[in-house]
Amino acid sequence: MAIAEVEDPYHALGVSKTATQDEIRNAYRNLAKKHHPDLNPGNPKAEERFKQVSAANEILSDPVKRGQFDRGEIDAIGQPRAQRPSYRDYAEGEDGHRYDPSDPSSDDWGGEDFSDLFNSIFTKTGRSQSRPSRQGLDQNYKLACDFLDAVNGTTRRLTLPDGRVLDVKIPAGTDSGQVLRLRGQGGPGTNGRPNGDALIEIQVSAHRFYTREGQNIRLTLPISLSEAVLGGPVPVPTPGGPVQMRIPPHSDGGTELRLRGRGVPAHGTKAKGDFYATLRLVLGEPDTALSEFFLNWKPEHPANPRLGLETIS
Amino acid sequence: MISMEVLITELNGLPVQDLERWISNRWVRPDGQAGTYLFREIDVARAHLIWELREQMQVNEDAIPVVLLLLDQLYDQRRHIKNACSQHERTAGDQIQ
Repeated sequence: MAIAEVEDPYHALGVSKTATQDEIRNAYRNLAKKHHPDLNPGNPKAEERFKQVSAANEILSDPVKRGQFDRGEIDAIGQPRAQRPSYRDYAEGEDGHRYDPSDPSSDDWGGEDFSDLFNSIFTKTGRSQSRPSRQGLDQNYKLACDFLDAVNGTTRRLTLPDGRVLDVKIPAGTDSGQVLRLRGQGGPGTNGRPNGDALIEIQVSAHRFYTREGQNIRLTLPISLSEAVLGGPVPVPTPGGPVQMRIPPHSDGGTELRLRGRGVPAHGTKAKGDFYATLRLVLGEPDTALSEFFLNWKPEHPANPRLGLETIS
Repeated sequence: MISMEVLITELNGLPVQDLERWISNRWVRPDGQAGTYLFREIDVARAHLIWELREQMQVNEDAIPVVLLLLDQLYDQRRHIKNACSQHERTAGDQIQ
């Protein structure tokens, strides 16, 4: 897969999720003025940023698409649009003479000839070496990663914009925003100097059921009424595989149970995290026997579960 | 090469009078005469650029000639640098041989 601009469109435009359409329009306008490729010739970073900003605007400026994105129906990449050649693509070539500032029919500008100046510069320095020796530049990329792949670790194959293919090892426990450095995979160095590095920022997507807090992972675990009252072992899917968890008898909804060491695996200097399951009672389909039981039920210790709320005045 | 009608369709929403004004200001310089203008690729790209400056970046029309003049100078110099570099590479190549 290619590294696409997977940046969250709200983040790309620097606006909040609740931004109005006017705020989005203004944010886009300001960023377009700064990063438009025709105003930044020879600056690939500006061009890359402009693409991200345009893609984000494409989604957020359209209330329908914005809604689809907010509901998770479309992702931040969307369909790549065919790239129209920019003015710069022509202006720097021979075609550009069409709009020479020294256009004879306009007296705007004298059209000074710089070739003498350049020639004299290059005659002086030309003898020493043809190109300055320089270490290659670091190149930045972003890479989207599934929640579980980031927790358990994985290897992803990437195709860089220049066609190179890299196998990137995403170590277990990688967190969103973490940057992986691939030494020597950035821009080429000149005259024997080393290449730059490729810096890959990992962006971990949210999971349907799990949430991550540092090394710990949380899950809301549905249980039946009888499991809550009587307790017992229930299977719990953890990122490392299913585990039998013992629920104590008489467990209330909202009770938090811990599976030690079943969170994010140990990595680097960090010890492995814990897994927390928060119980949620599910009654299920209406059940006549159950209703009859409660009609006749005389609690052993009648209690008011809302006793604590009485202090609210 | 494309005609004025095609360019107007491409620049969805641009009034014909605006494009005519850009041409008479010499911001865009198509081949041919009024009525039979033909736009080269660079003219089309330039019209898109002016359109984006005005619509997306809210540069008002009074300021556009300033922006274009500066850009034309920038690209003119970049062409000079590129030519000088390629000339220089050719010369350096001879020296190495």
